[in-house]
Amino acid sequence: MILELTLNGKKVSAEVPEDMVLLDFCRSQGCHSVKRGCETSNCGLCTVWLDETPVLSCNVPAFRAAGRRVTTLEGLRKEAEEFGGYLADEGGEQCGFCNPGFIMNVLALERELSADASDEEILAFLSGNLCRCTGYVSQLRAIRRWMKRGESE
Amino acid sequence: MLNFRKLACPETIEEAWKLNQVRTNCVLGGTGWLKMGDRPWNTAIDLSRLGLDTIEETEEEFRIGAMVTLRQLEQHKGLNAYTERAVYDSVKHIVGTQFRNCATVGGTFWSRFGFSDVLTCFLVLDASVVLAHAGTVPLAEFASGTYPNEILTHVVVKKTALQVVYDSFRNSDTDLPVVTVAVARTEEGYRAAVGARPARAELVTAETEAELKKHVQGLIYGSNTRASGEYRAALADTLTGRCLGRLEGDEQK
Amino acid sequence: MKPVSELRAVNQGIRKKDYKALVTGQGVYTQDLAPEDCLTVKLLRSPHASAWIKSIDVSRARLVPGIECVLTWEDVPHIRYTQAGQSYPEPSPYDRYILDRQLRYVGDPVAIVAGDSAAAVEKALKLIRVEYEVQEPLLDFRKALDHPHVVHPEEDWKILFEQGSEVKRNLICHEESGTGDIEAVLADCDAVVDQIYYTPSDNQTPMETFRACAYLDTYGRLNLLPSTQIPFHVRRIIATALGIPKSQVRVVKPRIGGGFGAKQTVEAEPYPAIVTWLTGKPSMIVYTREETMTCGCPRHEMQIHVRVGGDRDGHVRAIAMETLSNGGAYGEHSTTTMGLTGHKAISLYGKLDAYSFSASAVYTNTQAAGAYRGFGATQGIHAVESAVDELCHKLGLDPAKVREQNLVRQGQVSPSYFGETITSCTLDQCLLRVKEMIGWDEKYPRQELPNGHIRSVGMAMSMQGSAISNIDVGGATMKVNDEGFVNLLIGAADMGTGCDTTLAQIAAECLEIPVDQVVTAQVDTDTSPYDSGSYASSTAFLTGGAVVKCAEQLMEKIKAEAARQKGWALADVEYHDGQVEHLPTGTTVTLGEVAYASEVGGVPMVSTATNTCPNSPPPFMVGAAEIDLDPETGKVTLVDYAAVVDCGTPLNPNLARVQTEGGIVQGIGMALTEDVHYEANGRMVEKNFLQYKIPTRTDICPIRVEFAPSYEPQGPFGAKSIGEVVINTPCPAIANAVQNACGVRIREMPITAEKVWKALHRK
Repeated sequence: MILELTLNGKKVSAEVPEDMVLLDFCRSQGCHSVKRGCETSNCGLCTVWLDETPVLSCNVPAFRAAGRRVTTLEGLRKEAEEFGGYLADEGGEQCGFCNPGFIMNVLALERELSADASDEEILAFLSGNLCRCTGYVSQLRAIRRWMKRGESE
Repeated sequence: MLNFRKLACPETIEEAWKLNQVRTNCVLGGTGWLKMGDRPWNTAIDLSRLGLDTIEETEEEFRIGAMVTLRQLEQHKGLNAYTERAVYDSVKHIVGTQFRNCATVGGTFWSRFGFSDVLTCFLVLDASVVLAHAGTVPLAEFASGTYPNEILTHVVVKKTALQVVYDSFRNSDTDLPVVTVAVARTEEGYRAAVGARPARAELVTAETEAELKKHVQGLIYGSNTRASGEYRAALADTLTGRCLGRLEGDEQK
Repeated sequence: MKPVSELRAVNQGIRKKDYKALVTGQGVYTQDLAPEDCLTVKLLRSPHASAWIKSIDVSRARLVPGIECVLTWEDVPHIRYTQAGQSYPEPSPYDRYILDRQLRYVGDPVAIVAGDSAAAVEKALKLIRVEYEVQEPLLDFRKALDHPHVVHPEEDWKILFEQGSEVKRNLICHEESGTGDIEAVLADCDAVVDQIYYTPSDNQTPMETFRACAYLDTYGRLNLLPSTQIPFHVRRIIATALGIPKSQVRVVKPRIGGGFGAKQTVEAEPYPAIVTWLTGKPSMIVYTREETMTCGCPRHEMQIHVRVGGDRDGHVRAIAMETLSNGGAYGEHSTTTMGLTGHKAISLYGKLDAYSFSASAVYTNTQAAGAYRGFGATQGIHAVESAVDELCHKLGLDPAKVREQNLVRQGQVSPSYFGETITSCTLDQCLLRVKEMIGWDEKYPRQELPNGHIRSVGMAMSMQGSAISNIDVGGATMKVNDEGFVNLLIGAADMGTGCDTTLAQIAAECLEIPVDQVVTAQVDTDTSPYDSGSYASSTAFLTGGAVVKCAEQLMEKIKAEAARQKGWALADVEYHDGQVEHLPTGTTVTLGEVAYASEVGGVPMVSTATNTCPNSPPPFMVGAAEIDLDPETGKVTLVDYAAVVDCGTPLNPNLARVQTEGGIVQGIGMALTEDVHYEANGRMVEKNFLQYKIPTRTDICPIRVEFAPSYEPQGPFGAKSIGEVVINTPCPAIANAVQNACGVRIREMPITAEKVWKALHRK
């Protein structure tokens, strides 16, 4: 089938198998930030936005994205780099393999939660993003500092 | 992985139902479970064009479309006001935000998985499912029955006077539950649903708390890698007691 | 060397050099960098835990359009080899073929299929017809020794040096050591604890699954791009397995999506390697999560019998340990992991009158075990640190005080640690500070809350090594370039840990130049200096030491070249702050000026150094957990975790902290949720993230980490290792907290709510 959608702000059109999932479609379009870390919907590595909603791209048949806006980390490089600086200040990016899915969800979190969201709210929002390197606490410190970045220190 | 040859996006429920009369065709929900099988399907039936992605609230009921996501349930103000966040409590441990943005009400209720938090919670509400041909079926009846080749279009929750609380026990926070318990107090008495036994959730009713607890203990509890039946039975008792305590506490407030 | 307070690059918490690429999702991993026209490689795997291939018919599979090759045991070299990433001669048995006719666990590869699309390969896999002769599998490692079912009956099994192996008895290896009359001392103790502790075969679960790609280069050589911690060992192992000259293999390491020891074993590499070598076409294999969980190299399942004896005055006098380790189907890393259970647990106690240690590893028909962070020390420390707490309960003593009284101290000779002198150690300070951080004296042993829950604390000590003494080699090459920037070529593998940055910090510190002026190259076996790889807690300590040596040599060359250029006497020049000074005149020339001039009729400045160490200075740590226990359900919830680490000088405190936090959370997973079961037919139940539960963000508690740096004289700027020591405390600390809370002792990890509940209800 021919799939037409907006990927990171650009209209794309491609011939794809009917049963392709959005994850594979994104990678086939050169969006290498989108990773696969499991087959059971548990890891969160493949998180992208469908319109403005974070979804597991392994759980979205690509055809369902037809006519919609798909955003991967390639489309949010500037924001990713800004938050990534806070993350790197804590050493919280580590191996980096879970970073794209995690950061996609952090950027979604920032749009959904208020700047003074509790630790519990932040952690609950991100519970579907596994990371095996960091033990998570450095990432929470980074998120807290980044969400308060507008305030005077 | 997802494996189907053809895709059908019917424009009417009847058309979807017709496509689903073929054994080698399947209906696509959130696809989280479907993709873990390796069965190849001929035609995948997508319900996205049927306008089933909203929760309609009226004076009498909530009418929840099959394509509504678990995240929509979690965030729906009316539903969570009516259930005092029991619906929120029943979905908040399910994997993560992005997963709940994909998983659908239709997929969840149609599958009737033993570990289903959502089924457990809705069983104690005045809920029913709407099937394309069989029509409206009370949820408890649907949960224990078989409805081959049907299409589940809606879940309907009547706004009867009841208080409901939900609790689950998990070995880790976002794991499948070891046991799930929902308790509602109605004008006639109490209802409890216990799921993940590990079998499918079942509903029991009673006039008194003591009787309810007895009925909960009368359910069958089995073992799997997550827990033994003996432990599940004890947890179900503890959780039922805690749910009743919370209902009591709510009354005092 | 400079005092730590004067350091400008080392001991600074700077960002990692590669962070921008990682946080913006650049394609820097194996799968992103592979040639686009790679053949897809997949494996047909054994559905049986023990079977022989009676016949295999691949004729229909080969006819599937797009299929390039289908290989069976008949098509691969019959050369026994080991996949363990260890220095040659490896202390692991040569017990594998790339494909064998005998299948020894569920998942053992039966056939390799390569084709131009995943769909074609999947189709071909389904068309392979195999007739198996199925045998009853041997799954219980407690029954393996002298079991009638011999896992490795083959005649060409071999081991390169004596390790007590008796393969026909299923015994992979055996060792014994000790000092003093252990039985006499135990008999003389006021109390003895005699118990068995168990840890399952936990999985490392790096987020990036096993994968490798292969292609031939301009010269027809086999190039590999694997996700690995051991590039040089991959080169050797692959050449050995394929029976081709080592000169024909090149390994380049991209960014690695986590290792934790998993990628210290060759797993995925042989398959694309042989496909590309035979077809000449680029190929790639990407393991699924399920393959990574079931056909990888997880922690050795172990049961450890501990007898620990002590007196009423708190003196811990004797530890006797017997370790039984499950190697699984193949023997990788069995000898070394079982040895660590004793050497790195018993040695925490500095006042023993006697110790004894014996260990055996056996073959079974479960997944082969391998290297996982902590590497045996984790299992041993769980056993010893649990047993010591049980002893304290018997004696009615505060376990924190008993540890304080008995812990190993700087300057001591440790008989159980290979007779080495402990040259740096602040374990005593770590313990005192952890007690303060967790509020031990106020909270020990327990407090009952109004809601019926119990709050309690538990602690444990930990040690590891820093590289394998006399064996591991760290290497560094440095080159001075235009403007004075310096290339740092290393053979150590940054797998997210940040060694590309920390080693550059060391180089910058030595050369007194900004860290940005040091450019680290990722490993390429053709150009990087030899390094045994990033495992055994070696990189910071050993490769770091190589960088120091290399920089010292380089500074001599810079001085000589500057003196030559300027006509100064070598004795009159000094190097400092990135420049060479002519002392008699005070004239200086910058590194950049020397570099440019060296490129015009001069002598460009390059140096290479390697480093090896006669001993393995241990880092130390104390961890303490505060838990909330719900007696009605048995559920243990972490409330707080405090840790103080002695890793010598932290090279980069931010990265050292993250190592510690990450290690602790892996340990928490091992303590509370990560479990492994096999069905009767040998299939693993916890084969994916749905069943195998690593901690999520909502499972953990605040983790508070501090450092109590000693100064290790053999380490770079006083540094020791950090990567492994940090995983060892949660199992015993949490088990100890549970006993302090409710009197229940869980000796089998993980501590599930059901185990606690059952023990409480039995009481």
